[in-house]
Amino acid sequence: MDFSLTEDRRMLSDSLTRFLADKYGVEHRIKVAYDAPFHDTALWSDMAELGVLYALAPEEAGGFGGTGFDVTTVFDALGKGLCPAPVLGTLMASSLMTSAGADQDSLLDGSQRYAVAMGELDAPYDLDGIETTFAGGKLSGRKSVVYGGNDAEVFLVAAKAGETIGIYEVKASDAQVTGYGLIDGGGAAELFLDATPATELIADGRAALEHALDLGRLALCAEAVGLMDATNEILLDYLRTRKQFGVPIGKFQALQHRAVDLVTEIEQARSITILAASRIGEDDQARIVAMAKNLIGRAARLMSEETIQMHGGIALTWETAVSHYTKRLVMIDAQLGDEDYQLEKVMADYAA
Amino acid sequence: MDLSFSKEETEFREEVRAFLEENLPKELSEKVRTGADLEKADMDRWHAILNDKGWLATTWPKEFGGPGWSPVEKHIFEEETARAHAPRIVPFGLAMLGPVLQSFGTKEQQEAILPRILSGEDWWCQGYSEPGAGSDLASLKTRAVRDGDDYVINGQKTWTTLGQHANKIFCLVRTKTDGKPQEGISFILVDLDTPGIEMRPIRLIEGGHEVNEVFFTDVRVPAENLVGEENMGWTIAKFLLTHERTNIAGVGYSMQGLVELKALARRVKRNGRPLIENPLFAARIAQMEIDLEAMKITNLRMLYTAQTQGAPGPETSILKIKGTVIRQTQNELARRALGPAAAPFPSEDMFGNAALTEAEDVHNAGTYFNNRKLSIFGGSNEIQRNILSKAMLEL
Repeated sequence: MDFSLTEDRRMLSDSLTRFLADKYGVEHRIKVAYDAPFHDTALWSDMAELGVLYALAPEEAGGFGGTGFDVTTVFDALGKGLCPAPVLGTLMASSLMTSAGADQDSLLDGSQRYAVAMGELDAPYDLDGIETTFAGGKLSGRKSVVYGGNDAEVFLVAAKAGETIGIYEVKASDAQVTGYGLIDGGGAAELFLDATPATELIADGRAALEHALDLGRLALCAEAVGLMDATNEILLDYLRTRKQFGVPIGKFQALQHRAVDLVTEIEQARSITILAASRIGEDDQARIVAMAKNLIGRAARLMSEETIQMHGGIALTWETAVSHYTKRLVMIDAQLGDEDYQLEKVMADYAA
Repeated sequence: MDLSFSKEETEFREEVRAFLEENLPKELSEKVRTGADLEKADMDRWHAILNDKGWLATTWPKEFGGPGWSPVEKHIFEEETARAHAPRIVPFGLAMLGPVLQSFGTKEQQEAILPRILSGEDWWCQGYSEPGAGSDLASLKTRAVRDGDDYVINGQKTWTTLGQHANKIFCLVRTKTDGKPQEGISFILVDLDTPGIEMRPIRLIEGGHEVNEVFFTDVRVPAENLVGEENMGWTIAKFLLTHERTNIAGVGYSMQGLVELKALARRVKRNGRPLIENPLFAARIAQMEIDLEAMKITNLRMLYTAQTQGAPGPETSILKIKGTVIRQTQNELARRALGPAAAPFPSEDMFGNAALTEAEDVHNAGTYFNNRKLSIFGGSNEIQRNILSKAMLEL
């Protein structure tokens, strides 16, 4: 066994981490993440030049990565840096286009931004609830909280065509897009489709979509681990330096034990994310990814709430970095299936 | 044992309910129901309506213009106002300074200040915490030095809630630097338009502005503004914190929160089915409801103890700890019920055609984050545990 990153991935991790620290520092991040387009578009091109997007796709699709560990390497660094750029949608779109065998050069070089429109108001997580329909070359329906949709040029839309679920490509300029910011930074959109012209990418796209969603979930797990590591550093620094009753508050055993519990959860989160990355492409991919996303949902919320509580009021102020980390840690759960949704997937096997 | 309210108490509840139906303006209850920001004018309006009825200063005895309610009557009033989505009564003048002046103030102070709290002419805010004195309040450093007939104040206060609306502030200041820190603190009243005071807004995690920091530079305050003796501020602070804790369980809010959470889980769908039919989510609501049922009785038991034996004891810290956790759990479930639809930053774009949810839900995530404060302010839940282990368990 070897739990270390390969040389290539370590270099990518280092260069992305350094880039984010230099260019996307927390102050800059807070400035751009809450106003349209909710990320820094100039830095998007720089990130693409670094090869961040190429790392998300396999060689046969024009990239140089695409495995589970490539995804976790990129997203762990994005999490540490609290990066609001819409890389998640790019990853899932790339995965769908790889499945379709479609050309994705403009996606990988960062010149066109893609978003994947899957969830709907009454079915935020599950493909079975999709009601958007495709017929006669046109899409009708509404897609809700499409991550990165506020700033995407192309949407890949999951829709029903008869009994199957297909993937269809729509130009943003052909649809009605209402973009907005998110409480934890970054943007999303409502996508209104009313006999909107669309091109078929994958006719029977269910398996491809499940795979893209699993990669997205894995990415969110890795992002959360990066966020937890960064948040924990802030917390430990505070416990060591904040004095009340004449001593650093980290000297109080009531807080020491809670800090240790958090580190335990972070290590568990890291482990299950490594496990999930290793299972991408294997038979048990869906089940292990669901386990990981469930554990991450629980651990990230605990990390957030305990970090706020041990800081006290200061962590509830906009001007501190920690308030923005803690928001992202909580809101990650509502992306691509929350804790309960993943738990049901794990439990589904028990009856068989 | 008899867990029913007396005939008089039940009649009182009906009277409160009827009054609210007739007198609580719809515009106000709608804002409270949807979690929208209340303007100063909204709070002033509700203040005036309650004052006209004589139900404003719920903790004040009759001689000072209060309704003279028992703790149980006050509790019933709080339950009914939460149920009706009435604005919260701003506590700083009414629930905090009022009782302090009634117990420690001079007759002149009582006559000059209390009527102006009732009339709404004065809006008081609180100058307690400092950047270096949070849980360890007694370490506060804002200095008041006697100079002739004045005190001269220098220092900084923080977490001053709704200070942006206030014209007065009551402060804990240091008047003695040697000896035990608790023995060198005084309680003083300050006009916010005194030269040398600057108030700056603090933006909170969800983007709102409800707290402020207040800077004092050579602020001259007449010595007669001192409440009680010099250096007895800690006694007053402890007295005031007990008053701050009386409705700390927030049982009325939680009961209303449960009703709203169930309605939300019936309205929200997962794959076309109401979320409430999902056993995992229903179980989360049920567990919270069980905790709340027990909390209602714990709260009433402590209220009756206070009613029959005088002031509440340290066991009210139990109400603070458990009550705030229940409310935070409700906020968490309301956020979770919406799924991704909880994530948008509330903005004007989010209404009408593009709305993701009903108006009352758009603030669910913001409320969840903002209400992390419940287990922090008024003595954090860790400090409450210290109080309990020392005063109740004698450990």
